[in-house]
Amino acid sequence: MSLINYSSKEINCKIVYYGPGLGGKTTNIKYIYSKVNPGSRGKLMSLDTELDRTLFFDFLPVNLGRVKGFYVHFHLYTVPGQVYYNASRKLILKGVDGIVFVADSQIERFEDNIESLENLKENLSEYSRILEEIPMSIQYNKRDLPNIVSIAELEEDLNPRVLFSCEAVAVDGIGVFEPLKAVSKEVLRKLK
Amino acid sequence: METDNVNSFEREYQKIKENLEKLCRETKASYVLLIDKAGQLITSAGDTSSLDIPSFATLSAADFAATSNLADLIGEHDFSTLFHQGKARSIYVSLIANQVILAVIFPRETTLGLIRIKVKKASADLERFFENIFTQLESEYVGTVDQDFIKEAESELDSLFE
Repeated sequence: MSLINYSSKEINCKIVYYGPGLGGKTTNIKYIYSKVNPGSRGKLMSLDTELDRTLFFDFLPVNLGRVKGFYVHFHLYTVPGQVYYNASRKLILKGVDGIVFVADSQIERFEDNIESLENLKENLSEYSRILEEIPMSIQYNKRDLPNIVSIAELEEDLNPRVLFSCEAVAVDGIGVFEPLKAVSKEVLRKLK
Repeated sequence: METDNVNSFEREYQKIKENLEKLCRETKASYVLLIDKAGQLITSAGDTSSLDIPSFATLSAADFAATSNLADLIGEHDFSTLFHQGKARSIYVSLIANQVILAVIFPRETTLGLIRIKVKKASADLERFFENIFTQLESEYVGTVDQDFIKEAESELDSLFE
């Protein structure tokens, strides 16, 4: 949960990028790192394998600055998408405030998206939490590739709650900030 | 904002801070950090100016969580403490009130035995303070953000993530 520290006047919010392996979660966070003013962000930390696949998580702290006397920080995490790493994926969800679900638009990855969403629900349930109660936005990534599922179909299967969603080509920075902004705002509103 | 509630949190927080400073002094530790299980710093004592705090807090929480799961795999409920030994500095990590991670970073001049004794003593006090805070959090609503806060924060978000 967002940790509001009344004495140091800080609000920390944890946003987790979730989704199937090789879907572009790390690409999102790397793009954010490259574009956010260095004064407003910390170090990008990646715990990955030798082949650059996320092993544990990526972490990027972003500072919103001072709002009404409170310093607001967003801590962005990615999880390892590969099915094999579920134990570490589950750990990162601890205390999550908001989720950006990065879906892979390619036809051959369609089932992986659904499986990852189901896995998200299962992992949250181990912390006695329900996905429907957590702010979330969806990014349909890799829209530049030729062999992709239509947005209508993706929406039908991945977004029945009609949450904020957008098309993206994360590698070019298209559609990267929009889902982050949407979920961050929702997290702030939930602080009430 | 409910001023009374906030003052009461501040009182407990002050006690926690004093306790950490005492622990840091008595063990000659480089610094001592309190981190929540989600990887966010609660407070610290000692000179942390050279430390990348967000990275340290995140990795400590991940380390603790991973080790707890390892414990589970071999039929242990939890490993209540972790110890990472280095050449010049070492890290001693323990869990307070089942919710908060206490990390002590100390130089080789300090013995592990001393750290164990002092951390045990400090933990008992810290546990009491945190339990007071958790009880208050459960029983009272503490308002922090209002419409103005959200409006301002949203506008900051828009300019940060342009």
